[in-house]
Amino acid sequence: MKIIVLVKQVPDTSEERTLDTESGFLERDPQGNVLDEISERALEVALRHKDSHKGTEVVALTMGPSDALKALRKALSMGADSGVHVADDALAGADAMWTSRVLAAAASAEGFDLVITGNESTDGKCGVVPAMVAEHLRLPLVGSLDSPGISAESVSGRRECGTGTMTVRAGLPAVMSVTERSAEARFPTFKGILTAKKKSVKNVALAELGLSGATVSTAGRSVILSVARVEGRSGGRKIVDHNGSAATELMEFLADRQLL
Amino acid sequence: MSNIVAFIELSQDGGPGPGAREVLKAASQLGDPIAVLATSSLSGSTVGQLAALGAKGVFAGETELTSSCLQEPEVETLAKAVQALDPAAVLVVNTTSGREIAARLAVRASGGLTADAVAVRKQDGMVVATRLVLGGTYSVDSTVEDGLPVITLRPGAFEGQARPAEPVVTSLGLKVDTRAAAAVEAFTPGADSHRPDLRTAERVVAGGRGLLSKENFVLVEQLADALGAAVGASRAAVDSGFIASGAQVGQTGVSVSPELYVALGISGAVQHRAGMQSSKTIVAINKDADAPIFDIADFGIVGDATTVVPQLLHAMAVRTP
Repeated sequence: MKIIVLVKQVPDTSEERTLDTESGFLERDPQGNVLDEISERALEVALRHKDSHKGTEVVALTMGPSDALKALRKALSMGADSGVHVADDALAGADAMWTSRVLAAAASAEGFDLVITGNESTDGKCGVVPAMVAEHLRLPLVGSLDSPGISAESVSGRRECGTGTMTVRAGLPAVMSVTERSAEARFPTFKGILTAKKKSVKNVALAELGLSGATVSTAGRSVILSVARVEGRSGGRKIVDHNGSAATELMEFLADRQLL
Repeated sequence: MSNIVAFIELSQDGGPGPGAREVLKAASQLGDPIAVLATSSLSGSTVGQLAALGAKGVFAGETELTSSCLQEPEVETLAKAVQALDPAAVLVVNTTSGREIAARLAVRASGGLTADAVAVRKQDGMVVATRLVLGGTYSVDSTVEDGLPVITLRPGAFEGQARPAEPVVTSLGLKVDTRAAAAVEAFTPGADSHRPDLRTAERVVAGGRGLLSKENFVLVEQLADALGAAVGASRAAVDSGFIASGAQVGQTGVSVSPELYVALGISGAVQHRAGMQSSKTIVAINKDADAPIFDIADFGIVGDATTVVPQLLHAMAVRTP
């Protein structure tokens, strides 16, 4: 089975993240960028299948500037067999529609039985790219799985949906997205880090996918009109408790605000 | 006025779900709200409820496959509604299912997608959506050019109710192509269903590592139940095994913006704040007077939650309103 895992490089959430208020784009400091944790979990799901099924091939696919190669190397050091890097100047500031179209085209060009991705990135948090990729590929999405399962013919798993838990299944080929409740990602081994440097990473430009900046951005562009920094909250009243004395004051505070 | 498609997610009993009020209210700010839903058969009571919530039209795709075929009946109904109604925008509440449906529709209808809007408005003929990004630190206004705007709405962000209307009802038999859809094999109602859903709850009580043990974490649940709140947790509490990861609030985990957020034993690391700092009122109890959570708390108590919360519960129980 050939599994493509979509991975994304994102700003490290332990650092403060900023937007360029002119363009509305995220300021990506190359030093502070990491492979998204949810991408690591998606990769882990693929690697566990590979661990128990010989002959499984795992390809990490990313779209991003040249620096995103770092995220691919991390994926390779965890155990992915090879990488595909779609990099093109025309992709700067690509929105979800555009990104998904490019990822779907790159996945098609590479060929696969299954595409696995995180349900939402920690920077965009939109959670729409997996379903968009599935729609471009005209494939089923088994989305937002907490407990993903892969067999030779199908993928399945449980998903939370507000009122309860659903078990869903689709035959292959398919697209699967996983939540932060899925597999805990492994750490790269020392051997993994060494061999990652020798693994192949294919660089793909838009033209090789039959796309161009003009064709992918014609319909349904998201256009940012304005960006404003939201005034930070400031602390309100702060009291020190003595053996529970603060409880009465807290209750009065809640009652004043009609929160009891 | 132009038509605005308001997608209605159904609840388990087959009636309009909890997001119906919000999506119709938001749609009424942009034009004439048309409620669009996929159902096995459209009932008079559903039409009545949607009318009371302001739907000027009800457009239903009817198919027996709604409970067995994941999302394709909904996406196809929306695609048909877009063809028939020529709407100025499609609004969908940003739930697990809603956003996947919106994403597929945006591609199928050659539209553009704006995710997790907290406000929508018409401006110079454009549909403008406001989003809060990077954990609520920036506000971004955007629109969609050269295509249908498909907008997902943050649950809890839209208050009030649209004026009741007398809807024109359209229902059509839906042909569903199941090849590009996952099958639903089983559904189990949530075990925790006596508490509100964390994403959409008006009140949240959350606990962190400062509670020190799983036994003490029970206080979080007791206070949540006393306030009618959902239970949340910091990542540290989840990693310590105090509660399942579904309760995790923060950058990885759920983002919430309730009326009231009570943080017990949570220091307020930047990742946690990113998921809760847009809450209307924040209360924090923490032993560490320098904990960053106090920088954003409207009411902070430097103290031990395991001492304060039992006394608070007692005071609430004997209180005469």
